[in-house]
Amino acid sequence: MHSNESSGTADDPSPAPAAGTATAVLPEVPDVTAVQPKAEAPDALGAKLEADRVSAWFGDHKVLERVSLTMEPGSVTALIGPSGCGKSTFLRILNRMHELVPSAALAGEVRLDGTDIYAPGQRVTETRRRIGMVFQKPNPFPAMSIDENVTAGLKLTGGRRRRDERQELVERCLTKAGLWREVKDRLSQPGSSLSGGQQQRLCIARSLAVQPDVLLMDEPCSALDPTSTRRIEETIAELRNEVTIVIVTHNMQQAARVSQYCAFFLAEEGSPGSVVEQADTETMFGSPSDPRTSDYIHGRFG
Amino acid sequence: MTNAKPVGTATVDVDTPRAIDPGLPVADRVFRGGARAVGLLVLAIMASIGVFMFSESGIAFDEFGWSFFTEHRWALETNQLGVLSLLVGTVTVAAVAIAIAVPFALTTALFITEYAPLRARRTLIALVDLMAAVPSVVYGLVGLILFQPYLADIARWIHDFFGWIAILDVPGADPDTTNWNNTAHQYTSSAFIAGVAVALMVMPVCAAVMREVFSQAPAGEREAALALGGTRWGVIRSVVLPFGRSGIVGGTMLGLGRALGETIAIALIIVPAFDVKLRILENGTITIASQIILRFGESSPLQLSALMFAGLVLFVFTLIVNTIAAAVVSRSRSGAATEI
Ligand SMILES: Nc1ncnc2c1ncn2[C@@H]1O[C@H](COP(=O)(O)OP(=O)(O)OP(=O)(O)O)[C@@H](O)[C@H]1O
Ligand SMILES: [Mg+2]
Repeated sequence: MHSNESSGTADDPSPAPAAGTATAVLPEVPDVTAVQPKAEAPDALGAKLEADRVSAWFGDHKVLERVSLTMEPGSVTALIGPSGCGKSTFLRILNRMHELVPSAALAGEVRLDGTDIYAPGQRVTETRRRIGMVFQKPNPFPAMSIDENVTAGLKLTGGRRRRDERQELVERCLTKAGLWREVKDRLSQPGSSLSGGQQQRLCIARSLAVQPDVLLMDEPCSALDPTSTRRIEETIAELRNEVTIVIVTHNMQQAARVSQYCAFFLAEEGSPGSVVEQADTETMFGSPSDPRTSDYIHGRFG
Repeated sequence: MTNAKPVGTATVDVDTPRAIDPGLPVADRVFRGGARAVGLLVLAIMASIGVFMFSESGIAFDEFGWSFFTEHRWALETNQLGVLSLLVGTVTVAAVAIAIAVPFALTTALFITEYAPLRARRTLIALVDLMAAVPSVVYGLVGLILFQPYLADIARWIHDFFGWIAILDVPGADPDTTNWNNTAHQYTSSAFIAGVAVALMVMPVCAAVMREVFSQAPAGEREAALALGGTRWGVIRSVVLPFGRSGIVGGTMLGLGRALGETIAIALIIVPAFDVKLRILENGTITIASQIILRFGESSPLQLSALMFAGLVLFVFTLIVNTIAAAVVSRSRSGAATEI
């Protein structure tokens, strides 16, 4: 299911039957087959995102070397690796946030359902709408109320909605993000009045409101307590048939719990970061083929 | 251990806060003392200015009493002196200046922080700061000699189309006249033209404050707006402006403070006129500061005292404006960042 070219060391991920590894705790996901299917994966919405030989620079400093990775609809892809190996950079390349850094440059292609998002004529705002992002630090708009936060993306992308439609959208997105019950009586309070975990789920709801095909998450739980983390992991599991999810995490258990596919990034002494190994999560955590992967997963470095 | 209560063995000794020696190091103590002294000195200077002006205006106050505030004339022969027209003129010119300067300052600041490429940004900041460093007499001369002919044309045009609004009317002037040369003087030396000159010197000050605050809008929120598919204008609307509200208020108030006190540029441009009027396009107006500079050299002791009194009014008025501004600014999120 996941194509895997060029980056060398990874084994061909064979669709081996579940070998009872750490991934067994995923909650049941709702059946969405009734909803209009997409070409590649008939049972999942969301889009296929392919990174093809992506390299990245900050000024003269090369931080990513020919990363190729395919993120399939209906699946959660986890990016793991030690600090500074370029996971965030890679993630930001996937929705064109990388180019906001003045000295940043990149090579390669990123294809969203087959179309290169960096091709001339591709509208960057539309690309970013289709590929949403949740940041490490929760960043709701503090001047807006909770429901305004959810619909902020509509205003930003010029989507006008009627009032009742908006209310319905707010409820739907907050429910999907697992926040509705906690905030339904205080929708007009400012977004900054929520706790950190609630703010992060608000940010997820806000991202969902513009109906993205892909959702990128950069260490979404690193500032949160275990309970909030669990809520967000549940949210991710429920969302994965709706949007393609890519998540960066430093927490191996989390990667094992939420993802179906996994890529291990590593930047060795003085060289740019690259993908050392990619495989489905069970293989990755059960029988990694590269000793460095095994060392990292078992906490022997990084 | 006597206890009347049936609660049992309640202890008699109550907790009392113990004394803690803050143990401030010598260096900190010296610095604290120094800082305190300087702070008090500033207050003392402010107070002594107020006291000085108050005592100097005593003669005028004895003479005119509260009618000084309701008298609009400044008649030297009959010594009928009052601050009303001066105050109205001061506010009018400042209002014109702010109305023109703030939109320009706002767009300049937004362009610098949100749109200009990195290298152009530095150049633009330097240019705007340079604009703030030009002496006000230069703006006065530029306004008088360079701009006035064009501004008079613009004033006539405004009069022609918007003359039905009371403040934009110029009684006795015909905007459609064919004999423009005989009519032009009715539009010169007005509050409008003085306001434009003042706007030129106020704009960079406003822009600097606004730019400073806008550039501190949190990067996380900017990225959030962009990642949702927002344009830069979207970022401005949803992040920069809400965050920068205090900067806008602060910059405006700082500009207003300067505009209220501006002296020489206005004195160069206007023709003194002591009737209380809000018609900004009409020839002639007067402000407190320009009246002081125009009259100071040739005044009797009573008139001098009256000028001091007018100065005191301006002093108090500016103080009030700034206090209100500080209150507004400190209540908002970015308030900590602005000093006004
Ligand atoms: N804005 C920037 N300017 C210059 N260099 C940068 C910038 N951002 C990141 N880098 C460099 O790029 C490399 C990769 O950074 P990146 O943030 O992608 O790492 P990461 O894998 O996300 O690390 P972490 O797990 O700590 O978040 C690092 O060496 C870092 O120093
Ligand atoms: Mg990172």
